[in-house]
Amino acid sequence: MHEVTSPQAFDGLRVAGRQVRRPDLTAATMDHNVPTDPDDMEIRDPVSRKQIETLRENCKEFGIKLFALENNDHGVIHVVMPEHGIIQPGMTVVCGDSHTATHGAFGALAFGIGTSEIEHVLATQTLPQNKPKTMEIRLTGQPDDSIAAKDLILYIIREIGTSGGTGYAIEYTGEAVQNTSMEERMTLCNMAIEAGARSGLVAPDQTTYDYLRGLPYSPSEEELDKKIAEWEELKTDSPAAYDRKVELPVDGLAPQVSWGTNPAMTVDVNDTVPDPSNLKRQEERQEAQRALEYMGLKPGEPITGIEVDTVFIGSCTNGRLEDLRQAAEVVEGKTVANNIRAMVVPGSQLVKKRAEKEGLDEIFLEAGFQWRNSGCSMCLAMNPDRLEAGERCASTSNRNFEGRMGTGGRTHLVSPRTAAATALAGHFVDIRKLQ
Amino acid sequence: MEAFETFDGIVAPLDRSNVDTDAIIPKQFLKRVRKTGFGAYLFFEWRFDEEGEPKPDFVLNREPYDRASILLARENFGCGSSREHAPWALKDFGFKTIIAPSFADIFYNNCFKNGLLPIELPADRVKQLFALTDKHQGYRLTVDLENQQLRDEHDLVIDFGVDPERKRRLLEGLDEIDLTLKLEDKIAAYENSERAPAPIMN
Ligand code: SF4
Repeated sequence: MHEVTSPQAFDGLRVAGRQVRRPDLTAATMDHNVPTDPDDMEIRDPVSRKQIETLRENCKEFGIKLFALENNDHGVIHVVMPEHGIIQPGMTVVCGDSHTATHGAFGALAFGIGTSEIEHVLATQTLPQNKPKTMEIRLTGQPDDSIAAKDLILYIIREIGTSGGTGYAIEYTGEAVQNTSMEERMTLCNMAIEAGARSGLVAPDQTTYDYLRGLPYSPSEEELDKKIAEWEELKTDSPAAYDRKVELPVDGLAPQVSWGTNPAMTVDVNDTVPDPSNLKRQEERQEAQRALEYMGLKPGEPITGIEVDTVFIGSCTNGRLEDLRQAAEVVEGKTVANNIRAMVVPGSQLVKKRAEKEGLDEIFLEAGFQWRNSGCSMCLAMNPDRLEAGERCASTSNRNFEGRMGTGGRTHLVSPRTAAATALAGHFVDIRKLQ
Repeated sequence: MEAFETFDGIVAPLDRSNVDTDAIIPKQFLKRVRKTGFGAYLFFEWRFDEEGEPKPDFVLNREPYDRASILLARENFGCGSSREHAPWALKDFGFKTIIAPSFADIFYNNCFKNGLLPIELPADRVKQLFALTDKHQGYRLTVDLENQQLRDEHDLVIDFGVDPERKRRLLEGLDEIDLTLKLEDKIAAYENSERAPAPIMN
């Protein structure tokens, strides 16, 4: 749970005189409203403060574990829960947040729910559901090392569209998926929702088990082997039946950059801004035209010629340690271009601590990035971090909708490496051409 | 949830179609932390002027409609986002029933989850009701869910349809949580079984 969608659920429990059935299977953190300026963590917006305080009181009253600001262990919910070993294969995971899909990376069924449903789960630890249809997205081939999970998922959404997954639970399969780390799997599953699906998942395997070993809430070393034997049962049947199958070759895939106002409006970095008049359907043409106007772009402009004002590295899509490492590798020893506001917002305070241990903070700070505290930050601009009208941002987050990162703000979705390289150059860069 | 009993109430005519959830409750009020209290912001932009003063010509600001418990509207009522704040606001204001020729899907579902009865009537019936509210100041209807009837004091009787399962839930005042809790023994049996998840947050 986080502070925005949970208060009315607790209120409902209180009104009906009900308890939380399984506090031992419930956890919360604060993320959407928290400030991320390490030198100024005071929450000035009284409504934001109220939501945070309410969550604190509710967790205390109902005995729920809270990863809290005051304990300095908070962070974006979809980063915090997995890194503590709370998410495990075979679980059903729900949260009042659409990016709950992230947790499918562990071979869990994970999806976002509404406030009445949160209340229902808190009271009963169950939820009546209709069975979703199933879709396999099989990635064939193996992309270059510079290509991140973010490029893969942007490419998938670009191919199947923002409603391609509507009504389905997606399973990502194929060698390119099996070869990913847990963090990359989380990025893939995170944006299943941008492809229209409520959930996306990857079957658990050795990578999953290795990740979970030794985490605070994972099964203990003694129990783990027994658990792994159970989790092995969750492997995808061979052959498995799906309601829909999509196969996408990712050999030689280019880094992806979104140019428009939904995540399917994406092209290769070495391509140009598309011309709406080439689109078949009239609504598509109009939509693309509107997007270009909002984004202040012209058809035919090379993507690498687009200059940005701001670079945001963070969010539940790309705010994990591996993402920061990839960005730091690009940044090391270089400096951010003039007049660029560049910020790194670790996905959680734990990610922040670990990154600092590796000296990543130094690399970013020396290059001229801001090194901030964790939170949703600019991803949705419900806190002090936001874009000004007309400001253009290369962002590692997941939604480029109009006004998402601040009224009038222009968002381009990219991978952490592309974001980092963009901060150095001041415009988009094909990272394959570095060195 | 309270049982939905037959009641008699004032009908407020809101002569608009495509009333969306943003009109019902604007997004600046979504940061509140309670389910209650949203009634004060219901139809905010329509009800209040820039200074926050009630607009005298808006129906819910006029006697006796400020005490209405039945809302009469045109097509596609409740379209827009899935926010449950919309039914919360209507209910908090005092509405128990909304009558329209059609409703947006999610809104329609959310009404039942929150003890509100949305009644879909053919467009000409709705037209007739608008005419009646026009003719009789403070026009009242009796809403009888048990018999699926609307009645007025001039012998008008209108039958309406409703999904039997949803009707039962409203009549018995069962919310979905109550219904699930009736299966408590099954939940407990699962929790005591081999397959049950071990406690995690201890
Ligand atoms: S980081 Fe962005 S997408 Fe993720 S939970 Fe926060 S607001 Fe939502």
